[in-house]
Amino acid sequence: MTKNILLTGVGGQGTILAAKMLTIGLMESGYDVKMSEIHGMSQRGGSVTSQVRYSEEKVYSPVIEKGTADIIVSFEKMEALRNLDYLKPEGGVVVINNVEIPSMTNLTGEEKYTEGIEEIIEGAASKVISIDATRLAGELGSVKAANVILLGTLVKSMGLDHIDWEDIIRRNVKEKFIDLNLKAIKLGMDLAK
Amino acid sequence: MKQLLTGDEAIARGAYEAGVRHAAAYPGTPSTEILENIAKYDEIYAEWAPNEKVAMESAIGASMAGARSMASMKHVGVNVAADPLMTFSYMGVNGGAVLVTADEPGMFSSQNEQDNRNYAKMGKFPMLEPSDSQDCLDMVKAAYELSEKYNVIFMIRMVTRVCHSKSLVEVGERKDVPVKEWKPDPMKYVALPAYSRILRVQMEDRQKALEEASENSPFNYAEYTDELKDGQKVGVIASGASFWYAKEVFGETASYLKLGFTNPMPKNMITEFCQKMDVVYIVEEDDPYIEEFCQRLGFKVHGKDTFPPYGEMTPDVLRKSLTGDTLPEVNYDHSLVNKRPPSLCAGCPHRGLFFRLGKRKDIMISGDIGCYTLAAGAPYNAMNSTVCMGASISVGHGAQQVFNRAGVKRKVVTVLGDSTFFHTGVESLINTVYNQSNTINIILDNRITGMTGHQQNPGTGYTVKGDSTIAINIEELVKAIGIRHVKVIDPNDLKAVDEALDSFMDLDEPSVIITRWPCVLKKFSQEDLNEFEGLFQTKDVVDPEKCIGCKLCQKTGCPALIFNAEDKKVTINRTDCVGCDVCKQVCPTGAILKESEAK
Ligand SMILES: Cc1ncc(C[n+]2csc(CCOP(=O)(O)OP(=O)(O)O)c2C)c(N)n1
Ligand code: SF4
Ligand code: SF4
Ligand code: SF4
Repeated sequence: MTKNILLTGVGGQGTILAAKMLTIGLMESGYDVKMSEIHGMSQRGGSVTSQVRYSEEKVYSPVIEKGTADIIVSFEKMEALRNLDYLKPEGGVVVINNVEIPSMTNLTGEEKYTEGIEEIIEGAASKVISIDATRLAGELGSVKAANVILLGTLVKSMGLDHIDWEDIIRRNVKEKFIDLNLKAIKLGMDLAK
Repeated sequence: MKQLLTGDEAIARGAYEAGVRHAAAYPGTPSTEILENIAKYDEIYAEWAPNEKVAMESAIGASMAGARSMASMKHVGVNVAADPLMTFSYMGVNGGAVLVTADEPGMFSSQNEQDNRNYAKMGKFPMLEPSDSQDCLDMVKAAYELSEKYNVIFMIRMVTRVCHSKSLVEVGERKDVPVKEWKPDPMKYVALPAYSRILRVQMEDRQKALEEASENSPFNYAEYTDELKDGQKVGVIASGASFWYAKEVFGETASYLKLGFTNPMPKNMITEFCQKMDVVYIVEEDDPYIEEFCQRLGFKVHGKDTFPPYGEMTPDVLRKSLTGDTLPEVNYDHSLVNKRPPSLCAGCPHRGLFFRLGKRKDIMISGDIGCYTLAAGAPYNAMNSTVCMGASISVGHGAQQVFNRAGVKRKVVTVLGDSTFFHTGVESLINTVYNQSNTINIILDNRITGMTGHQQNPGTGYTVKGDSTIAINIEELVKAIGIRHVKVIDPNDLKAVDEALDSFMDLDEPSVIITRWPCVLKKFSQEDLNEFEGLFQTKDVVDPEKCIGCKLCQKTGCPALIFNAEDKKVTINRTDCVGCDVCKQVCPTGAILKESEAK
């Protein structure tokens, strides 16, 4: 069975690096993997999504069909809501980083940032894991590690914790951030319970 | 060894393995990363050309001189390169030559959805269509062998999802392909009518040989099943990414004909496949290219009668077209999702210019393509047209001529970026000078090609390999072609913007304003740091005592300015602010200060 993972956030939050490490881990443990990325133009602040599909057999399409994501990992609340139609109606998991990044329309007051997003998602998903990844990462040393905390929660939730993520982190992040990210992935995994 | 590569990375790897020595491109989503990845190989000479025609010609020259060469570009880039391409197809190659076109079904970041497969047909050169990254690598390598065997340029047609999706690729070693000897051969290389008429006849034989190659190509293959669907044998013919989407939706109940060598088409193979099926669906993105070929063979197939004639053929689109419905989704109120439109970055040097330009009455703003096209929307509303790269100046010239002759008092202001100016704006400006329009032409020199992810260009002083080179001086260039009124200004200085516009508004001659300040996201060179003092080193803050909540500062559109509904005051997001001071000049109460001035 092909598994579908959707990672989403706002440009600059590190979704792409998280998705990259995820796909490397999956590939190295023998899965067939396809990933598709849609990132807007070069400017900061647009929506970003990475779709990852993996299977012990051949994966066909690199894009996820709506209604089939096993898990959505959202680095920002509104982006979880934006992509919620991708979630499997039965058994879908949503991991939300509990931060609100206002968009241009929120900043100018044209639209008020929707309240109660978590309740809407709880009503739709079989399981919601809400974590303060940005704050927790800050406590570990840098808010930048929020993506790796979320990666930890993701891999644990998908039962992929047998893969040697620490090794993958060592090989894919800058030397001086390795320790921080090792702590982050462990914390993320612990939060998945 | 297997690697996880995007299609663009796999094309670059394929070029390396195929022994390519020369690659030229102009950036354009989703093709940009091809040359960026090729540039990492020391064995391949790589260059950003100012536009696609020049890139194509550079690759043609390299092929003539005996090296395997590549040109890569986005779909609309092939329009620019079409002139040399169409005739090079007649001439044939010395070193193998490949053109990679990246089409954009769904138009994620393009102005149109043209299907470049039609170019292969029109130009009578062969074409391959990869469906995933392994195809990309295999097809590039095969294309060079075939290009030299059949003496013709090959085109590889990608789409966004092939360019930007990652999948597993078996990579190999580089093959060392020596540079072939160059000999003068006017019959081949000098496109005189007399010679071209001879080549044109020879092309027919080449086309027949290529038809054979297509029939026998491993890139065209059938997968048959004995299973029936509703008592019928269902067949699917697909190319590119659509093949995988179709497999996702039709599953094991259909037979497939996957087409990868799509010009010329494998006529016999298609005939055999269609004859064995009760019903045939054609799944392809953009035009009914395969479909019309099947119809010409006399088969009744389903294509655009079933699936949409535009957009991507992703599994949800196919399923909806076939069954009338998508898979079950969770229910929620979609109107609760707030918009997240792209906006100019905090501190973008385009902001100050457009904030002031949008306030002018009695002008027409002829715009162009780049990050600055966002000025067409709120809060600037400062762009009245964009057509294609470089068109701002010439479209503006045409409009100005009509206004002037019809007695309409309307000044045309044209706006384009530095990369766009070098692309095709220079010739347009020559026309404006030559035919004397009195347009004001603004060149937004943010020292980089911003929109496509910060590529060097002829004005930046660096090559794609990171080597330093001559930086072409835009001011000197426009003076040399006859512009007598030129001003270079800092676009963050709103007074300077107004003064420059005022001083050129009533001229009877063309003028140029160059706004010179770097893009916030550029990796600054030492030259940038020397030229632009204190570049993005400061932060601004709002004094809450003085802020009256008038929101005028937000009219500049800077995303670092946050309006708080509770206390009706604006604050500045310190992480994003780069201290450009545009908001500061707008605040009527002096509430915005440099951090160093506060308290
Ligand atoms: C013929 C063609 N080639 C390439 C592109 C892709 N493209 C769109 S904007 C752009 C570059 C814009 O750079 P610049 O003019 O410097 O403006 P900036 O984005 O930096 O503001 C490119 C390459 C295109 N739209 N058309
Ligand atoms: S990337 Fe550069 S040019 Fe584009 S919006 Fe951001 S600052 Fe402006
Ligand atoms: S322009 Fe000045 S006074 Fe008005 S909202 Fe902005 S900071 Fe406050
Ligand atoms: S100074 Fe003002 S306009 Fe400039 S980046 Fe900071 S908040 Fe934005």
